[in-house]
Amino acid sequence: MEFGPHLLLATLEGAVTAAVLALTAVGLSLVFGVMRVVNIAHGEFYMLGAVIAWYVAHMMGGHPALGFFLALVLAPLLVGAIAVLADVIILKRVDYDPERTIVATIGLLYIIQQLTLMTYGPEARPVEAPFNSRIALPWFEWGENGFQFYYPWGLSTTSYKLAVIGAAGVVLLGVWAMMTRTKVGLLMRATQADRDMALAFGIPVERVYALVFGIGAALAALGAVLIVPIQQAHYLMGADPLLLAFIVVIIGGLGSLPGTVLAALFIGLSDGIISVFFSPTLAKILATLLVGLVLVWRPQGLFGTRTA
Amino acid sequence: MMLELRKINSGYGAAQVLRDVSLSVAPGEILCLLGRNGAGKTTTMQTIMGLLPLMSGKILLDGRDVGALPTHEVPRAGIGYIPQGRRLFTGLSVAQNLEIGLQVRNSGREVLDEVLDLFPRLRERMSQPAQTLSGGEQQMLATARALCIKPKVLLLDEPTEGLQPSMIEAIRQVIVKMREAGVAILLVEQRIEAVLSVADRVAFIENGRNGETMTVAEMRANPHVVDRYVGV
Repeated sequence: MEFGPHLLLATLEGAVTAAVLALTAVGLSLVFGVMRVVNIAHGEFYMLGAVIAWYVAHMMGGHPALGFFLALVLAPLLVGAIAVLADVIILKRVDYDPERTIVATIGLLYIIQQLTLMTYGPEARPVEAPFNSRIALPWFEWGENGFQFYYPWGLSTTSYKLAVIGAAGVVLLGVWAMMTRTKVGLLMRATQADRDMALAFGIPVERVYALVFGIGAALAALGAVLIVPIQQAHYLMGADPLLLAFIVVIIGGLGSLPGTVLAALFIGLSDGIISVFFSPTLAKILATLLVGLVLVWRPQGLFGTRTA
Repeated sequence: MMLELRKINSGYGAAQVLRDVSLSVAPGEILCLLGRNGAGKTTTMQTIMGLLPLMSGKILLDGRDVGALPTHEVPRAGIGYIPQGRRLFTGLSVAQNLEIGLQVRNSGREVLDEVLDLFPRLRERMSQPAQTLSGGEQQMLATARALCIKPKVLLLDEPTEGLQPSMIEAIRQVIVKMREAGVAILLVEQRIEAVLSVADRVAFIENGRNGETMTVAEMRANPHVVDRYVGV
């Protein structure tokens, strides 16, 4: 394949990574922004989403689309509920103290991971995509007859991958609308700006925290349900998304949702492109290097605001 | 009495700041807390708001024990707080900051209109982010936000700190209007002349304990008392 079609393919693969990464990272960013909690267990909520999706799809039977769409609703709800419980039972009890919440969420990471290993097992299991038709992609060239399209061999994507990108976009728009257009979003942003003043103006901060932690985890779970027809569900699959989500959130600016989405696009696309042309390892090295550079020259992130 | 503190004790963690502090403010009265830095004025206000734990004692609002309420229920009982340093919700617009005030007790649009009539300058700035306002406008917004609660009690912590004289006068007029409307006002203010011009009574506070409480007329007659509690 020539360079041009090759690049298009890599970009599309990267866009799928970016879409799922954006969902996961926005969840992490929301939790950090509003609650100031660094949630190390975020990747495990992602993994739980994928595993629950497998259970739902497996038990449902019938047409694959049936199980998948049920999982798309059930998995985020269940994972969100688990996160709300974790918030009320653990994080609230340590008073959301920054250091103690890090240790607490590390503990939560191992509990979720090992419970999944004990019940779901060590296998990687696939979930069938609800639809998965191959779409050949055209490329163009200047030939003897001037400008013309043709379909290079191997240049294709699937309808499902395009749907993942679209679905992530819709969900992100939904999150944005919730934060900027609804009352609950207003209360979340006020809590993010000044927790004590939120309390002094009647905002039930504990309930806001539980809700935000639940929504953050549900977003990760949703990302995982979308990716599981492409990647399979496995009890260790949470590590990579956690690392990438942290990279994205640091580059984008902690607590800044637009920054997080832009950084997810950048990291996801570059990860896809560099992986195809060079190696996945180099992609991770460069992303981590970028985090180092951002931390040195712009510690608040590209879109973050510097606060005390 | 509208607001009554009965022998309250509070502080930060193990560090106790307030010891058996008692105060009372009547409806339509301005009580000014005076004392040196670190005497416990701001701590008193934060304890009333439930932001610091009440170790013992009672806080009564119109006879209701608000000291026992969860923190976010305290403003819903009718206490408006204008904290030191304004502490607006940054990132939110002027309108959204006021919206937060309105939702506390489900105040209607007519409350917002009344408040904006007191601060016409805010009306022109409704869509502007709160942190881009000038210092005086920020103080207006912090005050307006608290008034959106339709409070029975107002707590003002150094409302004129760092403001130019015209702004100080504007804030003072609003405080006086609130007194006329029957609101009980607890005011922390460092500048003695500002205290004399608005307050009805003055309560001195020293090392977290009550000092003397007197009317402004008595304070004028005994300037040495002021020196004792706030002089250097």
